[in-house]
Amino acid sequence: MTQTIDEYSVFFLYAAMAVYAMAFIAFALDLARRSAQVGAGNRVGVDGSVTTADERVLEKVGAGAPLSVNGSAVGGGSAVGVSTPPRRSLFSRGGDPASIDGGSGTGTTKRSLSLRLGVAFTLIGFLLEATADILRGIAAARVPWANMYEFSMTGTVLIVGVFLVVITRVDLRFLGTFITGLVLILLGISTVNYYVGVSPLPPALQSAWLVIHVFVASLGTAFFALGFALSAIQLVQYRRESIVEGAKFWRLKFMASLPDSNRLENLAYRVNIVGFVFWTFTLIAGAVWAERAWGRYWGWDTKEVWTFIIWVIYAGYIHARATRGWRGSRSAVLAIIGFAAVLFNFGIVNVFFHGLHSYSGL
Amino acid sequence: MSRPSDHYDSPDPALAERSAGGRATDGTGSGATDGTAGGDILQPKLGVVGWLRWFWRQLTSMRTALFLLLLLALAAVPGSLVPQRAADPNGVTQYFVDNPDLAPVLDKVQAFDVYTSVWFSSIYLLLFISLVGCVIPRAKHHFDALRAKPPRTPARLSRLAGFQQREAGPGTNGAEAIEAARAMLRRSGYRTVVFSAPGRNGGEVTSVSAERGYARETGNLVFHAALVGILITVGVGGGFGFSGQRVLVENGQTFVNTLSAFDSFNPGRFFTESSLTPYTMKLDQFSATYETKADGAFGQPLDYNAQVTTQEQGGAEQQADIKVNSPLRIGGTDVYLLGNGYAPTITVKDPTGKVVFTDSIPFLPQDASLTSVGVVKVPDGLTEQLGMIGFFYPTQAVSTTGAFYSTYPDDDYPVLTLNVYQGDLGLNGGTPTSVYSLDTDTLTQLTGGSTGTKSIELKPGDSTELPNGLGTVSFDKVSRFASLDIHHDPTQGYVLLFATLALLGLLVSLFIPRRRVWVKATERDDGTVTLEYAGLARGEDPRLVPAVAEIADRHTKLIGSQPPPESNA
Repeated sequence: MTQTIDEYSVFFLYAAMAVYAMAFIAFALDLARRSAQVGAGNRVGVDGSVTTADERVLEKVGAGAPLSVNGSAVGGGSAVGVSTPPRRSLFSRGGDPASIDGGSGTGTTKRSLSLRLGVAFTLIGFLLEATADILRGIAAARVPWANMYEFSMTGTVLIVGVFLVVITRVDLRFLGTFITGLVLILLGISTVNYYVGVSPLPPALQSAWLVIHVFVASLGTAFFALGFALSAIQLVQYRRESIVEGAKFWRLKFMASLPDSNRLENLAYRVNIVGFVFWTFTLIAGAVWAERAWGRYWGWDTKEVWTFIIWVIYAGYIHARATRGWRGSRSAVLAIIGFAAVLFNFGIVNVFFHGLHSYSGL
Repeated sequence: MSRPSDHYDSPDPALAERSAGGRATDGTGSGATDGTAGGDILQPKLGVVGWLRWFWRQLTSMRTALFLLLLLALAAVPGSLVPQRAADPNGVTQYFVDNPDLAPVLDKVQAFDVYTSVWFSSIYLLLFISLVGCVIPRAKHHFDALRAKPPRTPARLSRLAGFQQREAGPGTNGAEAIEAARAMLRRSGYRTVVFSAPGRNGGEVTSVSAERGYARETGNLVFHAALVGILITVGVGGGFGFSGQRVLVENGQTFVNTLSAFDSFNPGRFFTESSLTPYTMKLDQFSATYETKADGAFGQPLDYNAQVTTQEQGGAEQQADIKVNSPLRIGGTDVYLLGNGYAPTITVKDPTGKVVFTDSIPFLPQDASLTSVGVVKVPDGLTEQLGMIGFFYPTQAVSTTGAFYSTYPDDDYPVLTLNVYQGDLGLNGGTPTSVYSLDTDTLTQLTGGSTGTKSIELKPGDSTELPNGLGTVSFDKVSRFASLDIHHDPTQGYVLLFATLALLGLLVSLFIPRRRVWVKATERDDGTVTLEYAGLARGEDPRLVPAVAEIADRHTKLIGSQPPPESNA
């Protein structure tokens, strides 16, 4: 029985990866389309909408109407959050239903079909992967985050989930290629290298803190991932702004459709401080758990060391934002180093370093 | 000075100097076109106090704090690459064996004790001095700000963030409208003050200046103070606490909380033996359950449970369970279950049948199926001292090469093998030796290996002759042992308290916006009133503009004014 459910879980996971791959392609097409339109002298908005150069006067950004695309693309997946369009629908904002088809009709403002497809695929992939994750938890009769394979699955579910939630508040859909690409790579590595059958929890992991500590750490990682992407784009954008001020030549033409570096920095900061708070909690919860399980709340175990290093790097990032001369690119570099350390902590320390956290099940 | 001069919100030093008539920042003098000073002002000589002040300013600047933070992160890295004495003493020993040339060099720079090393300590101590030096003036400044009134309303609100302008119809009283705004803002947690002055065209200009979010700075200060609290309490706890280990075999062995009862003991610097509260603890039973079904996880432990009987001084006996994630708190100490294994009971008799040795010997587990190794030392009663190296297989199996191994950690088919050595065990010289190892260099091997005599092989209850008519050895029964860590940390509760405070302070300081809002009412000749709204962010405040718009909406609704004629927000 356990094994059967786990097989279903693996099936859903592969399905999710296939759909994420489609989302990745759609998001990449959107960026390509942005580049092409910018190159053609049209104005492209953050939401991928294209305003033809000579018809800009007619530009119209209004409240979105519920669209047929929503229903048809996602209806099969789940009714959650889609059937009741809130003030803003997830996939659409602005424009009239006529332009959804993305046809060649000359018009005012054209919205990006590929971008909306990308979001739709991401949502479907998310639902599939969440199903896989929950099935794994049912198969194991516990939370599905007790070894590397399960960390990877739950972690990526959270990365995509946080991304989907954040884009309902701020239009960060242009990060879709990064998010789906990152998730695909992580899932690819973990399914190939880290898959293990369902196994019970060893006594050291039998604690409510497993539920809290690991989950919050994964959640923090998800926010750091978003912050990393924003900071990286911020650096590119800053370079573009400072080098090609006025000049038209810039290879990554789609960058012209993204927010300016200042806005990107503010967005990155807002995302990263949420991650930092979760990380702080992870550190404290981990210490409380370590006291119960190992008899001391802090012992400079390798994983503790790296969690501490990450915390200090992000603390440095927040201080850099408040230091004259360090705002902008320098603090962005710190955020990028911070996320590199997060990946290192997960991918390298868990697998290759000797320590008390060697529960990776490898 | 409330903040370090290089804080983002501090006045730009270049601008400040220029406005004060000093030199331009390029230092050539040519930039000073206002002619009041030129380039010929000399820096005053810094005396000792001046240099100290300069040094202190450097130390408490944002730049230095940032540098120290990044240095701290960097300095923590080596401790994860090289084994640390505190966390992994065996790893350090092994490292010395594996890298005989490199290890002493690393040891010189304290690479095996990174987190107590001089260089790591000096980084975090400097960081904390910098932190204190930064926080104290800020706390004073904040304390003053808490009692100060919001500043006077700026003359031109239209230059500020989220500016809104609305018209109130005839019959509106400016002062009343502002009073309504003041009451509304106060309810929203703003601190308010009302200003009133005659305007340019004779009408009265009334305004309310409001500020909120003082908690942001309070939270920031609490966070930093709590970090200092953590540092101090961790230090105190380390000084007065202790940690010790004790192995207890089930059915019999009793631990008494005194120094001599520990197998190993690591006291803090200020520990005194009198701080040990007397109590006894006896291991009644140790039980372990293992997975018997799942494919990949067969034999994986599911539960360890140590049943103990404890007795505190003057108290009654009490039963308790110790599990991996549920320590026992007793007599000011915490008792943790950190390890377990098998302790075969072995008896050795001399040729006349007199018992010369009997004991339950803890064997150290070597793998997940608890193949265990132990050492038996029989110092007295025989013609020569006897040493035995034993292998214990809880569920024995034989590989194709004939070697024994264990297939399952529970004692389903226990087998004990013994290699017997004869000679001087080295116990009489007074040199301390480990009970878990046997130095065979000076001994003669009697069974196993190349001796030609088979190793002694016993099942529980078996007894067999020792070679050369030395006597008999018997394997009486298998017991379990539990390895317990006994800790005392007088301040860990305070560390948790400060950590929680730090988290709360962090939440408040990052997510509560500090902002100023102004509402101004200008009475016109025709009896209408112009209402203006604007805000100012103090620190990160992404929602300032919508917040001002919302205040304007609520206020105009409250006083029943007309909708905005136009808005340039």
